Amino acid sequence: MARRPLRIVLAEDSALLREGLVGILERAGHEVVASATDADELVAAVRADPPDVVITDVRMPPGHSDEGLRAAAAIRREQPALPILVLSQYVADAYLPALMDSAGTAGIGYLLKDRVGRVADFLASLDQVVEGQTVVDPEVVRQLLARRSDDGPLAALTTREREVLALMAEGRTNGSIAEALFVSDAAVRKHVGSIFAKLDLGDDHDRRVSAVLTYLRG
Amino acid sequence: MTSATRTSPVWSAVGGNPVRLVFSPWPWRSLAYLLSGAVVGLVSLVGFFVTIGVGVVTTPLIIGLFILGSLPKLGAMIAVVERRRLPFVLGDAAAPEPSDTPWWRTPRDAASWRALGYAVLLALVLWVVDLLVAVLVVTFVVVSLLSPLLAHFDTVGMLWWQLDSTREAVPFAIIATPVGLVLGSYVLTVLAAAQSSLARILLSPREEELEARVTELRRSRIELVDAFETERKRIERDLHDGVQQRMVALTMLLGRAELDVPEGEGLALVRQAHSEAEAALADLREVVRGVHPRVLTDLGLGAAIREVADRMPIPVRVDVSLDERPPAQVEAAAYFVVSEGLANVAKHAQARSAAIHARRSGDSLVLVISDDGRGGATVGEGTGLSGLVTRLDALGGTLTVTSPVGGPTELRMESPWHVDR
Repeated sequence: MARRPLRIVLAEDSALLREGLVGILERAGHEVVASATDADELVAAVRADPPDVVITDVRMPPGHSDEGLRAAAAIRREQPALPILVLSQYVADAYLPALMDSAGTAGIGYLLKDRVGRVADFLASLDQVVEGQTVVDPEVVRQLLARRSDDGPLAALTTREREVLALMAEGRTNGSIAEALFVSDAAVRKHVGSIFAKLDLGDDHDRRVSAVLTYLRG
Repeated sequence: MTSATRTSPVWSAVGGNPVRLVFSPWPWRSLAYLLSGAVVGLVSLVGFFVTIGVGVVTTPLIIGLFILGSLPKLGAMIAVVERRRLPFVLGDAAAPEPSDTPWWRTPRDAASWRALGYAVLLALVLWVVDLLVAVLVVTFVVVSLLSPLLAHFDTVGMLWWQLDSTREAVPFAIIATPVGLVLGSYVLTVLAAAQSSLARILLSPREEELEARVTELRRSRIELVDAFETERKRIERDLHDGVQQRMVALTMLLGRAELDVPEGEGLALVRQAHSEAEAALADLREVVRGVHPRVLTDLGLGAAIREVADRMPIPVRVDVSLDERPPAQVEAAAYFVVSEGLANVAKHAQARSAAIHARRSGDSLVLVISDDGRGGATVGEGTGLSGLVTRLDALGGTLTVTSPVGGPTELRMESPWHVDR
């Protein structure tokens, strides 16, 4: 996919990581228009000059708990279409509902900080978020997959369908899912259709994200 | 009088066979106790007299006030001596030391005032009674034994009897000496027992003081748990804000280097270094989570337990419904019980599934971990659970394992919801 230079607001309280992130983003041709070191600064910077995408740490001063998430939710309430990529140091899916529920669906990413080191993957995920997709860290998805829900809409899915759904949650295309599962594109399309049917998701173009969200909430 | 007093050997001797009492060491011990008590009492009287006298005289010079103020210390000093004397009569039922503080650093508490009261009582009344009774008894027995001899020289007056000759005195001596011995033994022993029991009661820490000490002990243990918890959090924070950040920064640097280093052996090395750094980071994340999980602090017990459950290789049903968060120490203890309990399930139980229930029951947190494994588990035996038992104990909670061979195993934790200090 063709990358265009993005205007980014970055929130990260550790100078070390902030510099690393700025280095990676600028090398990719993006522009970090503002970097914030706490949640209030982040919200103020986004208000002052809305960027193309916000990248924020979960844990931020002053409380060092989930201020970054809460700032992200506040930003989305004001600008529902603004893509946000959240970086976390922990593999904790417990943070996801807070992010997803308050911040809507499209254009949300939740990645482990380790992932940033895989520069190409990280930049691709960033692009996907900007394009309005939902991207969740494979590690977190694996954890979610391990959770067996006895009830809920996901109970109706087959193992293979869950696998497909998990890969969709990572923001993958049908082609890349087919590659990962060693099946044909047609088979993936069939599974995706079946998932949509079982989860009773209409026919709108956003249903891929809806399916993922249902999965995450399951 | 407490049961300990009644079961003390001297009281048993008083209640037992009178002949045996007379020939037992108790009358002699009692006599020694009373006579030494008379000495202590006399010395105490002099001590009080001198202290109060000097104190009153020098009061205009201010120093007298300090001397008078030292009266409780004098009481404490006498109490120390008296406590030493108690085992002589009471044996193991003697008064325990109320505290480890020496008498010269006596606190102004109820125990000190009771000790002073006892010392005054000893100095003014008890020693006189002791001396009088001891002298009377000894004199009566000795005189009645020797009355045939004494009557030969002079008239012997004994209580209501007038003995003018040896002939009169012999039957008297034959009857009065054994009666005097038995009665005297009883009088001496009962008096010594009664007085030592009184001393024991006045010089022992009272129940509320013991309770206060227990409370203090509990508080210090909870403080220890707190300190432990704070330290864990500090280590977690240090690792997170220090080492982990640097490792992440390192992987970012290596990621950038991969883009800039030209294809070849150099790039292969950079990629290898990157993989190693990522593996180290993953290990470090596990360590940090083991030290103190961030999710527990941020989102509470339910979320943290679900996270542990998600990492289990077998399905774990989590049913945590708590309307509010318990105190941090209780939360942490519960989390580590779950974490350790599930680790044991994974290691030993050969279970197909497990379940965790946590709920509030009145003023307690009740947490149950059950599995359908082979059973036969116990707390201890090198499991990490024994440390948790100590920790729960400090909070006033319990940990019990029900695990018949063949299963199922149930690990049940109960802890007070509020940690009282």
